[in-house]
Amino acid sequence: MKNRILQLCATVAGIAVGLVAATSANAATTLETVKARGKLICGVSMSTPGFATADAKGHMGGFDVDVCRAVAAAVFGDPEKVDFVLTNINTRFQALQSGEIDMLSRQTTLTFSREVSLGLDFGPTVFYDGQGLMVPKSLGVNSAKELTDAAICTLPGTTTAQNLSDFFRSIGGKFELVVFENPDENRNAFFSGRCEAISSDRSDLASIRAVANNPDDYVVLPETISKEPLAPAVRQNDSNWRDIVSWSAWMLMAAEERGITQANVDEMAKSEDPEIQRMLGVNEELGKMLNLDNKWGYNIIKGVGNYGEVFERNLGTKTALGLTRGPNTRWSEGGLLYAPPFR
Amino acid sequence: MTQIDTLIGDASLTSHREAPPAPKGRWLSAYFGTPGNALITILCLGTIFAVAKLVIGWLFVDATFVGTPAECKVTNGACWPFLSTKMRYIFFGFYPFEEQWRPLTAMLLFLGACVVSMVPKVWGRALLIAWIAVILPVLYVLMAGGFFGLTVVPTTQWGGLPLSFMLSFIGLACALPLGIALALARASSLPAIRILGVSFIEIVRGVPLISILFMATVMLPLFMPDGITIDKLIRAQVAIILFAAAYIAEIVRGGLQAVPNGQVEAGHSLGLHYWQIMRKIVLPQALKKVIPPLVSLFIGFFQDTTLVTIVGLLDFLDTVRTAMRDPEWQGIAVLEGYVFAAVVYFIFSALMGAYSRFLEQYFRTSHD
Repeated sequence: MKNRILQLCATVAGIAVGLVAATSANAATTLETVKARGKLICGVSMSTPGFATADAKGHMGGFDVDVCRAVAAAVFGDPEKVDFVLTNINTRFQALQSGEIDMLSRQTTLTFSREVSLGLDFGPTVFYDGQGLMVPKSLGVNSAKELTDAAICTLPGTTTAQNLSDFFRSIGGKFELVVFENPDENRNAFFSGRCEAISSDRSDLASIRAVANNPDDYVVLPETISKEPLAPAVRQNDSNWRDIVSWSAWMLMAAEERGITQANVDEMAKSEDPEIQRMLGVNEELGKMLNLDNKWGYNIIKGVGNYGEVFERNLGTKTALGLTRGPNTRWSEGGLLYAPPFR
Repeated sequence: MTQIDTLIGDASLTSHREAPPAPKGRWLSAYFGTPGNALITILCLGTIFAVAKLVIGWLFVDATFVGTPAECKVTNGACWPFLSTKMRYIFFGFYPFEEQWRPLTAMLLFLGACVVSMVPKVWGRALLIAWIAVILPVLYVLMAGGFFGLTVVPTTQWGGLPLSFMLSFIGLACALPLGIALALARASSLPAIRILGVSFIEIVRGVPLISILFMATVMLPLFMPDGITIDKLIRAQVAIILFAAAYIAEIVRGGLQAVPNGQVEAGHSLGLHYWQIMRKIVLPQALKKVIPPLVSLFIGFFQDTTLVTIVGLLDFLDTVRTAMRDPEWQGIAVLEGYVFAAVVYFIFSALMGAYSRFLEQYFRTSHD
């Protein structure tokens, strides 16, 4: 009930925000504000393993956090020149709209209604996620279609339940939804056998599985029942700022395509390849066109690495989450990451 | 002797008779006197023993004292390394690591000042001035920096226990005078003031704290002119003050009504004006009567400040929660985190409760 009230508040506020944002013209551009402040302010999630968490020293790390750091590196040449504002599902869009944050990088799914009605512009999708289901191996189920009359644990949220009911209606099956407010409770309910299956985004399922006493006892089913393209967002009607965020994200992807890494970026700057020269600011003035330092691309890669490095550092198989690249790999290797050309 | 006196006399007699001089071994007969009592005693002792064994086993015997998350995962006991690794984050959140001596000093100074202020002997105008002119500015400078070579730390990086203290104690300290003023307004005979008081109290009380916080942090900035933002922490703080004031007002009003009207009339006949009567006669009696409900409200608010998580502020419970979600520790130290948070909240709530009992004792007069 509490959640529904919040959601209603959030929706009403969101619409109001959209209207206000649509009618008011900002005096200073976001880039000017950020430069004058000397720091980027980035909205991230309160705590999502692999995407945004604080270490024992309170230093933020994670995939979403590194996207912010990439933009900070592009603007200031220093990935540390960013302050993080913790946002939750209810406040994230309003924080962006009210100008409290300069950009939102918070596992936010790009959807039609959000882009069109909330007064936001989304950048490129940086992480392709999708809702999946996980079951204990002992259940002997190999496909979500075999789950009939199963109790499924989820967190509250309109889309999670909606996707499940859409999916089970399409296969003519039935299920029982068991909703938990708290992620820890949700996880424990699943591990203790309260539910036959647990449903969430696949990245989340991987982190839940990593927590199990014996992760091999659980299997993520092959079906992906929804599309969740996660993208950074900025305020509407500031094209320059949106370009900076978008192309910073694409810079990460393009750098991986071109084999530019944090370690070899100095060497690559001597490359004869004209696109690499343009990306790293050796040749032509792409940075100037964004009102940034011409070395912006170099600074991003020097600061946070390329997409592959960011992924492996925060989510990859060597981390506690142990995610494989899946669709989040280069288009040339059958993935969905496709950065437009830098020219 | 009237009939009533006889009755009272009888009652006191019987109550005296019920407490006979304690014979030797009295406690033995109290706990084991009858088979029923003996059974209950044995059952209780057994339960206490079993629980104690479980708790000690979890806390010490099976616990991991030093080690990595992986080592914690295989043992069944408490995971102490989690708390020791995360301790500074849990207490201070995102406050810059090298600067964390500042919130620590601020917190100790604050607690020290609170302890001193609890002593009735030092109460007075000087103490109030010391708080407003010295202690609070020093605390602010310590936390925010910007003077004496201290680096500036924006409020977005404040978190943990100092934030919880600030929101609840400053909130309640400001809400108390406001609440008293509202209570007086509501009890006032001037219709305009009474209506203002009643409508403020009823509107604020009729809305959940969450939605007030939500309005303050989400809606308010939209009504501000472009480029002007009020600090999120201040917005949440003001929301808490307004909310607490409405509840305090109602409690104080209860105390005002408990003061017999004759007291006010006596004040009038002495030629005192309204404020003198209130300050010297009514409020001291009224406030004394409402110490217990006020303190339970304070304890409640100290715990309710955890709701600021809804607007993205990181209070103490939230630093505990987010510490548990570190990928390295996720799912390993859930119980440890919550138990630790509970212990910290319990300590401060219990101290407030104890102080309230002391105050009641202190204010007890012969005619009570």
